[in-house]
Amino acid sequence: MDKLLISPAPHLHSKDSTRRIMRDVIIALMPSVLVSVYFAGLSALLVLVVSVAGCVLLEHLIVRYLMKKKTTVKDLSAVVTGILLALNLPVSSPWWMVLIGCVVAIGIAKMTFGGLGHNLFNPALVARVFLLISFPVQMTNWTVANSIFRPDKWELPKNLLGAQGQLPDASSGATPLGIIKEGLANGMTMETLSQQHDFSYWHMLFGHIDGSMGEASVLAILAGLLYLLFRKVIRPVIPLSIVITVALFSGILWLTDPSQYADPLFHLLTGGLLLGAVFMATDYTTSPMSPLGMIVFGVGIGIVTMVIRVWGAYPEGVSFAILFMNALVPLLNKIKPFPYQKEVSRG
Amino acid sequence: MSKTFSIGGIHPKDSKFSRDKSIEEFPIPKRVVISMNQHLGMPAVPVVKKGDTVKTGQLIAEPAGFVSAPVHASVSGVVADVAPYPDFLGKKVLSVVIDTDGDEWMETIDRSPEIKHEITATPKEIFKIISDSGIVGLGGAAFPTHVKLTPLEGMKPEFLILNGAECEPYLTSDYRLMMEHAQEILIGGEMMRRVLGDVGGIIGIEENKPKAIELMKRLTANYLQWEVVPLKKRYPQGGEKQLIDAVLGRKVPSFSLPISTGAVVQNVGTAYAVYEAVQKHKPLITNVLTVSSSDPSVQKNYRFRIGTPIREFLSAAGAMDKEGHLFQAFVKVVNGGPMMGKPVSNLDGPVMKSTSGFVLFTEKETKRQEEGDCIRCSKCFQACPMRLQPYLLYQLAIAGRTEELDENRVFDCIECGCCLYSCPAHIPLLDQIRLAKNISLKNKRKK
Amino acid sequence: MTSTLLYTILSLSLLGGLLAVVLYLIAQKFKVQEDPRIDQVLEVLPGANCGGCGYAGCRAFAESFVRNPDNPDFFCPVGGNDAMKKAAAVLGREVQEQIPKLAVLRCNGSCDVRPVLNTYDGSPKCSVAADLYGGETGCSYGCLGLGDCVDACTFDAIHINPQTCLPEVVEDKCTSCGACVKACPRNILELRPKGPKSRRIYVACANKDKGAVTRKVCSVGCIGCQLCVKACPFEAITFADNLAYIDPAKCRLCRKCVAVCPTGCILEINFPPKKQVTNNE
Repeated sequence: MDKLLISPAPHLHSKDSTRRIMRDVIIALMPSVLVSVYFAGLSALLVLVVSVAGCVLLEHLIVRYLMKKKTTVKDLSAVVTGILLALNLPVSSPWWMVLIGCVVAIGIAKMTFGGLGHNLFNPALVARVFLLISFPVQMTNWTVANSIFRPDKWELPKNLLGAQGQLPDASSGATPLGIIKEGLANGMTMETLSQQHDFSYWHMLFGHIDGSMGEASVLAILAGLLYLLFRKVIRPVIPLSIVITVALFSGILWLTDPSQYADPLFHLLTGGLLLGAVFMATDYTTSPMSPLGMIVFGVGIGIVTMVIRVWGAYPEGVSFAILFMNALVPLLNKIKPFPYQKEVSRG
Repeated sequence: MSKTFSIGGIHPKDSKFSRDKSIEEFPIPKRVVISMNQHLGMPAVPVVKKGDTVKTGQLIAEPAGFVSAPVHASVSGVVADVAPYPDFLGKKVLSVVIDTDGDEWMETIDRSPEIKHEITATPKEIFKIISDSGIVGLGGAAFPTHVKLTPLEGMKPEFLILNGAECEPYLTSDYRLMMEHAQEILIGGEMMRRVLGDVGGIIGIEENKPKAIELMKRLTANYLQWEVVPLKKRYPQGGEKQLIDAVLGRKVPSFSLPISTGAVVQNVGTAYAVYEAVQKHKPLITNVLTVSSSDPSVQKNYRFRIGTPIREFLSAAGAMDKEGHLFQAFVKVVNGGPMMGKPVSNLDGPVMKSTSGFVLFTEKETKRQEEGDCIRCSKCFQACPMRLQPYLLYQLAIAGRTEELDENRVFDCIECGCCLYSCPAHIPLLDQIRLAKNISLKNKRKK
Repeated sequence: MTSTLLYTILSLSLLGGLLAVVLYLIAQKFKVQEDPRIDQVLEVLPGANCGGCGYAGCRAFAESFVRNPDNPDFFCPVGGNDAMKKAAAVLGREVQEQIPKLAVLRCNGSCDVRPVLNTYDGSPKCSVAADLYGGETGCSYGCLGLGDCVDACTFDAIHINPQTCLPEVVEDKCTSCGACVKACPRNILELRPKGPKSRRIYVACANKDKGAVTRKVCSVGCIGCQLCVKACPFEAITFADNLAYIDPAKCRLCRKCVAVCPTGCILEINFPPKKQVTNNE
């Protein structure tokens, strides 16, 4: 007797799956990962490995033993969170700090809300902000990448031993945004600052600039963006609206007084703006569902980022801006899609 | 330039493997089970009883009201039973069972193969013949055609659109009909166009059928009232509302009939049936179906008699072994297309007027994967051609919040399956939404 | 320095005090006058907010009860007769005791007696499967085994037995709130009286097909022979649509029907096993 399979229509399914999407994101992050390891050596690798392993292990333990359900690490979302967390930290982060970040990202920001798909805030950003506020010194100790090939990058990294990595040719380096915040506050103009420091756009594109592991190379991020768009993982709405808003905001300020404000290209290429716009703000769970909501989301992030950068206490505002707009996402999701015509429209 | 609808849609592989297999005449079965419930609306009422002798094409059931259709014998023989018989899903439906004896047709039916071009019947006569011949929408919905051709209060038809899209993967019955009987389809379409009051005529065909488009364009070259519109290959291009949007650029408002935009849509198969009914006096007793799968030896198109058991098609198409069991590789048989068709649990169930085909699937092709958490990716929302929010409707359906479901237009769901198809977490969206929609419609009709 | 401190303390205290007075006045002015007995009734109710009484939560029940205490239909299935007695006492009244009930599954078609004909691959919910077709077996009236009743129960009183593939009700936990009854798309869960010493008899079948058809698809289904109807001395058994039904109000638990049923579809629960009649007696 034939025992047929019975289920309601449809009987076909696309090849898409959560795991596939996460895998595509991991692939898109590879250029940034490779660039950071290339420039910073073993320290960067250490931070990455600890972060990914910590996140995956923690999620497995929590789901299996605390929530008593089947393990969910196979959907690779913990791996993505781990990589994103690592890319948001300085290369010299001590391993214990990275682990604390994992606990905050997975344990607090993701699992307490109910796991994948239920969290309100971007886990990697929650962890980054938590670490920034709790360990301000370690979190602002950027590498000084004066030369492309750093002599000590393949030596055993100091952050393995738990100490803050002190680099031989180090003066405490600051990111370009940090430099202009301090400099402008001390009365210097943009011109003098750009003469004294390396604000070369080429360096920003390629990653010779100090910053967290992921924000250094813009080209790597753009490569990732192209891959994600090609694979239809993300839509260009959110990154575009963020970038356009930032460009407009900074453009208007720059046009009014170029000595006090950096130009739009500077703002676009520095800091975690592009990393945030492409990878953090586009996270499905914490971003709006409808195109109009996405536009408002992106514009909001752009505005808050610029406000913090120009007038706020911190040199960089992308993380805070994204978290702030994450909180507004449930409200944005209440925007109903443009109603299917109530009356007949003649096209 | 191909046109298309503006909202949602997906791109499954069209898998039109049987496109070049010409229609074969399927042999008459030993016994047919003709259901009284072959159409939307009230089931027909039998006018024959056990023991009666019937001829092919003879009336065996009368319509029960306006939204109903008569049913005719598809074979000649003796009525073996008039009782509830299980359909392809095992549900008992009142049916007339005929034991075949030869193939004696009613004398009134013209069986000559020549195409009769001249239309001598008046629109009124055409309408009556359609109504008396039991013609229903052969696109799958089986809505009585004469009802659709009756203008509603205050709604004036402006266009007749012949639906040659056939957007469901695997199915090629409409395509073969267009390739082998294009002229007849046009004549049938022309008749319906006149019934509606000399409105404009459009034929919509998906661009994965270039030969059909070319053929139709050639045949309509001399008819000013007719236009052939090529359509982009997309699912659900063949859905009424999507077809009207693509061809005319008009959107059907929420909870409204397509006629409110001035368009009447009919399947090309229905047009062919109209031709046969008016020019050859043949009631609806045969149709064309596809039996397809990814196995190259099981890909056929058949012209069948209504009431033939499904098992015989699968056997003839090469899907069964010598003992009459389905090959183990095939785990599912779907009645219709893979996106909206229903699964078959009873292989002895009969085929009906609007059966478009059977698709056989292997486990790898069709087994559902394990459900995960919703990741809020909004792919379901992007795919929905009716601009609904499936992720929201799913949650509301599970929670049973009927008022909010109505506010979010659950009754506009056309059950196309685009949402479930696109969900990366394999959430059974349509399963729940369908239930909620049926409850919502039931409540609306009560009011 | 001290003057600043003094001014701060004074001004804040004054502000705090002023606002406290304002809040108090507003609270008094806009206070909703409520019958204090509502809160007293609420105290004695179990607070499960399950909806088993038919009202939207315990508070709604308390409000309606206080307003209309003479209506005999008020009953909290979770609190039972104890809670109702106490609630009525608050209003200075007495209330009729109701018979304790529990949920009963009118189907005994376990996996071993009901052959499976196909494999269901859709969403694992009874409501979805029931809407689609008759089910994995040939009986389109019986239990689908997918557990909508288990999901609906808020008292952890019903579970699917993996051996029989059927739900089983835990006697002690079932509060007869009726959630599982509403959830079942086949309507085969019924609230029946628990019975004296928890004993009850019922026809564990809902199949309305003719006997020959039923027998083919399930060996413990009701075949409509009506032997039970004839055997019952209290006329407690009715017969309609090829199916027997025992009226719990009339049944005296004599078990004569159980003895004559040829398929064993009538179940007797919590009875001691019948003594064997030996040759000596």
